[in-house]
Amino acid sequence: MSATVQQAPTERRAPRNTAGRIALAFDDGLLVARRNLVTLTRVPTVFVFELVQPIMFVLLFRFIYANQFSQLPPELSYVQFLMPGIFIQNALFQSTNTAIGLAEDLKTGIIDRFRSLPMARSAVLVGRTGSDLIKNFLLLVIVIGIGYLVGFKFENGLVNALGVVLLVIAVGFAFSWISACIGLALKQVEAVQAASFTWIFPVVFVSSAFVPVAGMSGFLQVVARNNPVTIWCNLARYLSSGSVAIVDFESKLPVDTFEGLVFKSTVWIIGLLVVFVPLAIHLYRKLD
Amino acid sequence: MPAIIRAEQVTKSFGEVHALKGVDLEVEKGTVLGLLGPNGAGKTTMVRILATLLLPTGGRAEVDGFDVVKDAEELRFRIGLAGQSAAVDENLTGLENLQLVGRLYHLEKGLAKQRAIEVLERFDLADAADRATKTYSGGMRRRLDLAASLVGRPDVLFLDEPTTGLDPRSRIDVWDFIRELQSEGTTLLLTTQYLEEADVLADQIAVIDRGSLIAQGTSDELKEQVGGEVLELHVENRDDTSRVVEALKGIGTGDPSVDPDEGAVRIPVGGEGPVALLESVRRLDETDIRLADIALHRPTLDDVFLKLTGRSTVEDEAEADGKDGKKEKRGRRGGKEA
Repeated sequence: MSATVQQAPTERRAPRNTAGRIALAFDDGLLVARRNLVTLTRVPTVFVFELVQPIMFVLLFRFIYANQFSQLPPELSYVQFLMPGIFIQNALFQSTNTAIGLAEDLKTGIIDRFRSLPMARSAVLVGRTGSDLIKNFLLLVIVIGIGYLVGFKFENGLVNALGVVLLVIAVGFAFSWISACIGLALKQVEAVQAASFTWIFPVVFVSSAFVPVAGMSGFLQVVARNNPVTIWCNLARYLSSGSVAIVDFESKLPVDTFEGLVFKSTVWIIGLLVVFVPLAIHLYRKLD
Repeated sequence: MPAIIRAEQVTKSFGEVHALKGVDLEVEKGTVLGLLGPNGAGKTTMVRILATLLLPTGGRAEVDGFDVVKDAEELRFRIGLAGQSAAVDENLTGLENLQLVGRLYHLEKGLAKQRAIEVLERFDLADAADRATKTYSGGMRRRLDLAASLVGRPDVLFLDEPTTGLDPRSRIDVWDFIRELQSEGTTLLLTTQYLEEADVLADQIAVIDRGSLIAQGTSDELKEQVGGEVLELHVENRDDTSRVVEALKGIGTGDPSVDPDEGAVRIPVGGEGPVALLESVRRLDETDIRLADIALHRPTLDDVFLKLTGRSTVEDEAEADGKDGKKEKRGRRGGKEA
């Protein structure tokens, strides 16, 4: 066996054509994603603790703030308002794990190993954001289940419910790439953790995720109304409960049309991806 | 023999820190080059540039005929990297780790598994193949790391401090594997802080200090530069040192030095250590001088450094740790995993 060590591998060339490169990037990304997911099954406590946080948020808001918001239309219960917000909030909070996962891989040196291999340059990032997407899908399914336990339900049928799932996953995926940039820029797990929550808290709280915007003070209201988180929450609410879920407290009219919400939500998600995917790849290439 | 690794005036700066200041290096195909130097000397930086992990600031380097910058993608099919620069996933089993590496070399699934099993057997890890790597001992982990670097059957292997932090037993195991690879004709570039290790494993040794090459040659050539071995004698009665010098007149390759406070006499003996030792014992046996200790000292990395730079490696490390936070971080990582 030892005599064969010097034998050259049969295929020792990187594919030159675009199709070949895309296929390679996809295969390598899948391999890395699978590795990340296997890790998840080997250390299940991590997943369990990631579940504790959304459960806590649901319980705190559902039972402490129930019936506290006079700005909600009478036909809409707080739990119907809250849960779509929780879905989006959870996707945003979970996206910080992308940065932490990358920082941990940088620390152990496994990314150096990957970078010395003839694999697609994008694979580590695609694999990481891809496995986080699958993980977030699993978490979302569980959080929806918890929602049902505390009185939430999709009132608009299965197709719209699937629309909510798609929206939340897409938002989480876009934020994963922002998070990837943070992980690659800061590199250290502790720094990443501290930094992630500094920006994600205001982004989530200065929005309609948990409370109606109408109750906020003037300046915050302007910010919150234009926060994409509010737009996504409103779309998720519309899909869950219909136009009643996005009625403005003062005008008694919906804040937006369904088409308007879909358009704005999509533009925001694509916009974030267009900026942060290339930036993350650039930061990855520049690692030393 | 043609050079398979060739570096010309390679420089690397991290902001204000100049990690490499123009390094030339040539390694012939099928030989082992030991890159020797203290912490922070630039060894890891050099390896990372040659293994395509780091872009050089200036100069150029070729491995196996491929430029490390322009042809990095092609080159990665032909090199392997192990040691402090690369690691394994501790939540995966040994087999899973190696299969993943094989698949990322674009080996077909069955072949990747076959190769993984092959190298696991070779590194005595077959029994631990299905255990999560985090249950491995430090030595096993290092062997798995080495195994991972061989899955792609590289022409050139980079080993970055392959034995740092290992217990003596594991260190010797790793040495055996390296020697085996060497006998099969793999070209190896290994970095080390230990002269002894370079001595045992390397055909050629390049000494690097503060980002510059300060000496290159075979182990014997380097030792000659330092003056070879030293015979060191300690007497029980400190007043006897001059009598020792008198009794041993003519032994050694240079003038003895006397340390009256310690009661020590040091005589440079070049490459003739054992002969000088025997002769000294014989002569002193005929006197009534009582010896506390007599020993031959082979030159250490510290001696080489002291000779070549006038500084001890210990001072240098303290300095490097303060200045080069990056290196320090990597060092700590190794410690935590072990």
